[in-house]
Amino acid sequence: MNISRRQMLILLPAAAVAWKSVLAGTPEDSPNYKMSDHWWGMLIDIPKCIGCGNCVRACATENDVPDGHFRTWVERYHRSDWPMTESGEVTPNPLIVPEVISPDGGKEGFPVATDESGKYFFVPKMCNHCADSPCTQVCPVGATFVAPDGVVLVDPEYCLGCAYCVQACPYGCRYIHPTKEVADKCTLCYHRITKGLTTACCEACPTGARQLIDLKNPKDPIHEFLKTHTVQVLKPQMATGAKLFYNELDGSVR
Amino acid sequence: MSFFKDAGHLLRFAGLFVLAFLIFLVARYFYVPKSFGQYGHYRGAAIGEIAQRPVKFAGHETCETCHSDEAAKKTAGKHAHVNCEACHGALANHANDPSIKPVLPDTAVLCARCHTASAAKPNGFPQVVPAEHSQGLPCETCHQPHSPGMDAPAANAPAAGGAK
Repeated sequence: MNISRRQMLILLPAAAVAWKSVLAGTPEDSPNYKMSDHWWGMLIDIPKCIGCGNCVRACATENDVPDGHFRTWVERYHRSDWPMTESGEVTPNPLIVPEVISPDGGKEGFPVATDESGKYFFVPKMCNHCADSPCTQVCPVGATFVAPDGVVLVDPEYCLGCAYCVQACPYGCRYIHPTKEVADKCTLCYHRITKGLTTACCEACPTGARQLIDLKNPKDPIHEFLKTHTVQVLKPQMATGAKLFYNELDGSVR
Repeated sequence: MSFFKDAGHLLRFAGLFVLAFLIFLVARYFYVPKSFGQYGHYRGAAIGEIAQRPVKFAGHETCETCHSDEAAKKTAGKHAHVNCEACHGALANHANDPSIKPVLPDTAVLCARCHTASAAKPNGFPQVVPAEHSQGLPCETCHQPHSPGMDAPAANAPAAGGAK
C-alpha cells in the first residue's frame, strides 16, 4: 500500500483523534468500566433504617473523612402527635415542627428514645448526585463536575477551596477539608463502583436500607421499585435532578 | 490614499494585540492541563485519579471466596442480609494479605448497636434492653452471631431458662 506524504499528513491526526476517543470513557485502573454505560444513584429505604450509624462509620473509614465532618450522616426525626382537645378532637397544628437530632452525625448511633408518642424515623443523608447540580454550576475553576456516569466529583488538584460550592449545595453535603483545604464530599465511592463493588455505606448497612442503583442498567431492580413504591427526592422544588431516592419519606423532612 | 496615511500607529497597536494574544495562547497551552475539556469544563484525568483511591472494604463476595462455610451458616439464619464487614469492619487488607489477622468484634458492644430497644426503631425490628436481657453477658454466650436464632443456640448456651 502506497501512502503519499499528503495522505499520511491527513491520516495521522485522524488516527490521533480516534485513539483519544478510545481512551475516553475509561478511567484508569478500571479497564472494563465504561462511563457511558452507567447513571449512578442511590435508594434509601426509610422504613428499614434503624439508626445504627454503620454507614457513617464505614464512610469515614473508607474515605478517611476527618472527625467532625461527614460525607454521609443520619438524622433522627421525631414528629410529635397533634394536640388533642378535652373532647378528644385532634387539632392540626402545622407550627409543630419535628425534633431532629444527629449526635456526631449518628456515627455512634442514637440515644434510646423512650417517648412512645408521635412518629420516629431515621433519615440517612449524603450527596444527592444531582443531574443538574447547583454546586458544580457555581465552581469558578471547573474543579467540581458531574462525571459522564452521573457522579458529582471534586478534583482536589484543581479546587481552590473558595467554598462557593459548599454554600450552593441545597442539601449541605459539602465541607472544606480541614487539612487539604479543598472542597470534599461523597464520591459515591467512585473508586469502588468503577471496580464493580458497591459503596462502603451500602456494604456496611445491616438492613439493606441503602441500595446503590444504576439507572442505565435495565436489569437493576430499581426500575420496578420506582414503579411500585412512593419514592421521593429531597427538595424537588429546586429541580436539582437529585438521584438520591427516598422510599416512604415523611413530608416533614427538609 | 490619504485614508491610510496615518495607519502606521494603528497597525503597531494591532501588532501588540496580536502579540499579546499569541503569548496568551502559548501560556494557556502550558498552564491548562492536557485533559481539561475532555468530557466537559473540568480536568478529565481527575476521574481516573479518583477511581484509583484504595479500597478498604473488600466486599462480601471477596470474603465468601474463602469463608464459604461461614457464609453458608449466615445465609441460613436471620442475618442472611447482613454483609460480613457490617460487623467485622473494613478488611480489604486482610483479603489482600491473609496473614493480617482481624480482631474479632466484642458482641456486647456490637450487637447492642443495632438491637438495643428504642422507641425510634421500626416496630418489626428485633430489640432488647441489654441490661435486662443478658445481665451483661456477651451475646455469643447464647447466640451464634452468624445465625442468631435460638433454634441453633451457641454451644455453651444454658439448656433452659435462659434469656427470653
